[in-house]
Amino acid sequence: MKTRIYLDNAATTKTSKEVVDAMLPYFTEDYGNPSSIYEIGQRSKEAITKAREQIAQVIGAKTEEIYFTAGGSESDNWALKAAFEAYSGKGNHIITTKIEHHAILHTCEYLEKQGARITYLDVDENGLIDLEELQKAICPETILISVMFANNEIGTIEPVKEIGMIAKEHGVLFHTDAVQAFGQVPIDVEEMNIDMLSSSAHKINGPKGIGFLYIRKGVKIRSFVHGGAQERKRRAGTENVPGIVGYGVAAKRAAESMEERTKKERELRDYLIERVLKEVPYVKLNGDPVKRLPNNMNFSFRFVEGESLLIMLDMKGIAGSSGSACTSGSLDPSHVLLAIGLPHEIAHGSLRLTLGEDITKEDLDYTLEQIKEIVGRLRELSPLYEDFVRKQEKQKQ
Amino acid sequence: MYSEKVMDHFQNPRNVGEIENASGVGTVGNAKCGDIMRIYLDIDENQIIRDCKFKTFGCGAAVATSSMATELVKGKNIQEALQITNKAVMEALDGLPPVKVHCSLLAEEAIHAALWDYAEKNGIKIEGLSKPKSDIHEGEEEEEEEY
Repeated sequence: MKTRIYLDNAATTKTSKEVVDAMLPYFTEDYGNPSSIYEIGQRSKEAITKAREQIAQVIGAKTEEIYFTAGGSESDNWALKAAFEAYSGKGNHIITTKIEHHAILHTCEYLEKQGARITYLDVDENGLIDLEELQKAICPETILISVMFANNEIGTIEPVKEIGMIAKEHGVLFHTDAVQAFGQVPIDVEEMNIDMLSSSAHKINGPKGIGFLYIRKGVKIRSFVHGGAQERKRRAGTENVPGIVGYGVAAKRAAESMEERTKKERELRDYLIERVLKEVPYVKLNGDPVKRLPNNMNFSFRFVEGESLLIMLDMKGIAGSSGSACTSGSLDPSHVLLAIGLPHEIAHGSLRLTLGEDITKEDLDYTLEQIKEIVGRLRELSPLYEDFVRKQEKQKQ
Repeated sequence: MYSEKVMDHFQNPRNVGEIENASGVGTVGNAKCGDIMRIYLDIDENQIIRDCKFKTFGCGAAVATSSMATELVKGKNIQEALQITNKAVMEALDGLPPVKVHCSLLAEEAIHAALWDYAEKNGIKIEGLSKPKSDIHEGEEEEEEEY
């Protein structure tokens, strides 16, 4: 069935028309290479400068601290690998968390093979790190703390300002993966003492294939791609001009609409959460109920497997996602859901719904009706539910 | 991702349910891995499978293979049922994506486990059938969480 209700905005978003319109001239008219001196080249260069300003403004950075990349994963890779290399004289210890995106976790695994020592902080049942644990983990060899701003699966917002303060006190670099948070929550790199920050355009109604890494002036980070002089020689290669232009517009748009949009999203989010918890039996909300991204909902439905749930929702025109193993191609369910302490079988039955700017209350009413019916149907099919019901009947007797 | 037949059996699974006083019940898989399959067999005195029902916790492929497996064993005698392989179930469904092949193995194992249960209950030995290895009962005594 054609997707009518798109509730997977944490995966990607629709590129807004305003963004596409701003990008189009840079394909066919102002297509010049920004490194060229003639007019259309210079126009491209100006467009990049403007976008860089638009983005820097959103996080309170200087324009020369914004480095464009191909997306969030590249930014994460760059931040970690380059910091490890550049600060090897100081130490080899990096602190991160168990609930990071794989762009961080797999990079850490790679760095462990290169001699890095990594501490993976635990999180509590809501997905929050313990600041005392963080303090304790810091040692003289610690060069970097990398903690995500907000989790992509359960939406929990970490205490970034406090982490930044701790990092600053100890003279340790602080990187945050803000792919889900950028444009959703206010970010100020000065106030929060953030030294590096990763972000990606396609999560905020911008185009795919473009992201940035904010690197505070003075942080000794080496080049990631060698070649030309683009991005202050740190990331060579002819710039993705239309992508950068689109990113600038998307960032500006997200910042300007943030207050009103996230207020509406929070209301819708809490409306659906409340109704699901009230109207569907044996369900659990994953993630912090308050310190939570405005557009994120994550539920675990007991006795139900996530992929089945997703396919059935898809047949009703609803797009969501799940932390079930079957949707990841591995046998284990999501590392995030396991880290917050969910047993495997309950983690398999998770459903993440993430709001976008077009979603209405009516959409959510329809979604809830479908969830109720589908969860009920899948439970009728489930031997786990059968056992559960029998056990309950036995206990009653 | 899935063939039309898989989608059909997932959306309209055949033979869902339980059989009271079944001749044999087999449960295989593991909730930890996200797949549990239970098959009920009703076998008459001539060792013909009169009826077959199932319940499955799992992905689309797991539900579809359970449904197809029950269709395939119905009306067969126990020797014929024993010959039904995961390959046969997959072929009947016009194939499965490579990452889902293990789901079809579960269907074969579930039939074997139900036949084993039948043999044990009746004190008979079925030629070529060995004790099923899959076991879902680990962790069964865990405390129920409150929701």
